[in-house]
Amino acid sequence: MSTTNIMIVGVGGQGSLLASKLLGNLLVSEGYDVKVSEVHGMSQRGGSVVTYVRFGDKVYSPLVEEGEADFILSFEKLEAARWAPCLKKGGTIIVNTQEIDPMPVITGAAEYPSGILEELKSKGVDIDAVDALSIAQKAGSAKAVNIVLLARFAKHFTIPVESWETAIANTVAPKFVEMNRKAFELGYNA
Amino acid sequence: MKKLMIGNEAVARGLYEGGIGLVSSYPGTPSTEITEVLATYDDLHSEWAPNEKVALETAFGASLAGIRSACAMKHVGLNVAADPLFTMSYTGVNAGLVVCVADDPAMHSSQNEQDSRHYAIAAKLPMLEPSDSAEALQFAKDAFGISEKFDTPVILRMCTRVSHSQSIVETGDRVVRKKIPYEKRPSKYIMMPGYAKLRHPIVEERTKKLEELAEDCPYNRVEWGGRDIGIITSGTSYQYVKEVFGDSVSVLKIGMPNPLPAKLIKDFANNVETLYVIEELDPIIENFCRSLGLDPIGKEKFSIIGEFSQKTIAEAFGLDPKETVKADTQPPARPPVMCSGCPHRGMYYVLAKNKITVLGDIGCYTLGAAPPLCALDSTLCMGASVSGIHGFLNADEAMSDKTVAVIGDSTFIHSGVTGLINIAYNGSNSTVIILDNSITGMTGHQQNPTTGYNIKGDPAGKVDLEALCKSIGIRRVRVVDPYDLKACEEVLKEELAAKEPSVIISRRPCVLLKYVKTKPPLKVDTDKCRSCKMCMKLGCPSIAIKDGKAHIDDTLCVGCEVCSQLCPFDAIVKED
Repeated sequence: MSTTNIMIVGVGGQGSLLASKLLGNLLVSEGYDVKVSEVHGMSQRGGSVVTYVRFGDKVYSPLVEEGEADFILSFEKLEAARWAPCLKKGGTIIVNTQEIDPMPVITGAAEYPSGILEELKSKGVDIDAVDALSIAQKAGSAKAVNIVLLARFAKHFTIPVESWETAIANTVAPKFVEMNRKAFELGYNA
Repeated sequence: MKKLMIGNEAVARGLYEGGIGLVSSYPGTPSTEITEVLATYDDLHSEWAPNEKVALETAFGASLAGIRSACAMKHVGLNVAADPLFTMSYTGVNAGLVVCVADDPAMHSSQNEQDSRHYAIAAKLPMLEPSDSAEALQFAKDAFGISEKFDTPVILRMCTRVSHSQSIVETGDRVVRKKIPYEKRPSKYIMMPGYAKLRHPIVEERTKKLEELAEDCPYNRVEWGGRDIGIITSGTSYQYVKEVFGDSVSVLKIGMPNPLPAKLIKDFANNVETLYVIEELDPIIENFCRSLGLDPIGKEKFSIIGEFSQKTIAEAFGLDPKETVKADTQPPARPPVMCSGCPHRGMYYVLAKNKITVLGDIGCYTLGAAPPLCALDSTLCMGASVSGIHGFLNADEAMSDKTVAVIGDSTFIHSGVTGLINIAYNGSNSTVIILDNSITGMTGHQQNPTTGYNIKGDPAGKVDLEALCKSIGIRRVRVVDPYDLKACEEVLKEELAAKEPSVIISRRPCVLLKYVKTKPPLKVDTDKCRSCKMCMKLGCPSIAIKDGKAHIDDTLCVGCEVCSQLCPFDAIVKED
């Protein structure tokens, strides 16, 4: 099979590293060659962060470049627009509708753009917009936004739900397994 | 067992399987996880050292006493460790010693993008360079054997993309090694001129033997494909080349960038139509090819600046760009910021408000340079704030009542303390602020000699900063809570006015530390808020203007109450 490219984008501190770890481990257990490129250090402090997950028969580069992503999981609305140029023609953006103001907006040097998702849709992008924060809070923690978005993503694959649940149990701390399992269920069925 | 690992974890695993007995390092992105992962094993000694020089010398001592040792650092850390590195090339080792160094092309988290391969050449040391996690594990493990066989430290060169990319590795068992008995050998281990003169020819002989190894080793390999294009490449660039071309071109993959294999390269070049060298940063392999009389296409097509990707390589070969979607809306930039409740913010606000010239240093607090605080004037390397202010005020004494140096607790121990000794000894009227957040922050919370805990989180020796500064000869040492703006301003003004050197310790633990108890979020009383935007001067990510009034994001605010001290209308209040 050819390589499938996924980007997980958001704001430092939102939990995208855990999402890529979970996804990577799941794909290895499904027998794929997998590469995951993470972000550490400075940009974790509230900056724009991007993690790449690639899988297939044989994967070389750990990076996803312009026009290559089959899926973008965006933890924040503005970040979906920032990384949209990486989407492949016919690709899908799964986006949390939460807005987090970047510093230039906070200081008044820029405005938070409106109508981002509508604009992307008008350009033919397949958008799956979800209020992942509310769903995560309903499951018990705002931190479960990552699991809600993964659940939306899971609908595009034939990997059984049980395998996702095993991956969750293997990745998150034991005391949070139940809450995250619920977040997955709510996200999947939302 | 097959597992996904980041390159750094794989290096740690390789060193572990290779029988490492001691690791000593100073944290630095993108190298930090090598040592953090080694610290999870109980059958070896692991530690954070005060700086990279101490770390490497500690590893040397362990090697001398007969156990395999390593240290890990970022590229600029190798500058700090360069002194022992160069002479260890002469002494060689007793048990194997591996120096792991992680370069940061594109400067994701660094102040320059120097190429560590220059150090291997200059210090005449063998260097290995993996291109994914499986190689990282294997090369790290093998490095001990090369070190002992050739009697030399071995440098393992990583880069951000290999260090922080996960790929599949196969783990093996740890080889338990016997200690190699230490023998007194003055002419090998005492590098005074008479003995060093005897060692230098041995180093040159060793290089010849390493050149033979380079010609026939598993680290350098040819992958024949079409012969029209032949590409010599190494590290992460190899992955991008394969991503673009698969098996359609011929590739000479270099896994041992020093010394380079002259014969292998010439043979490869003679069997391909057009020769390319694709390497990130400096033209090391390219220049070596030129010294052999070859004329490869290299830096004229592939930049000396930044990092590569499959895209940059495809573009350089004139392949069609992939179709993309572009939003017309230009998203505003999202730079990294100091966290909500960051203890550095209060002190920086006071410095900015008083228009103080601030010589800065390396750490989270470098973020104080960004708007709206714009509180920094310089950042060079670790320790340079403290040494720098001494020179600055010697050149312009009149600035002493409006200039400070700022430095974090870990950075102060790393190399700030020597600068402070200079201030006391050579007597400049400097004011040094130690931003003591009780942890090494930017690299992700590592313990250091001021925290009272070691790498495993167990209680350890603790530097008393106040007593240290006093013992150096600084008589004025003040401690202040950076959440208390009034106290910060008073102390700052007093110490700037004092006619002798002083140290202000701005002390409050990093808000992200697990033991730090945060308070409930504050809120804005919109009836009282008059939109003066005083609170916006802090650059706190929790505060924004919504519908003309200040608004606090209750998912981010940790109730530090720095903003409420600033509000002239008492509009920022506690939740009911």
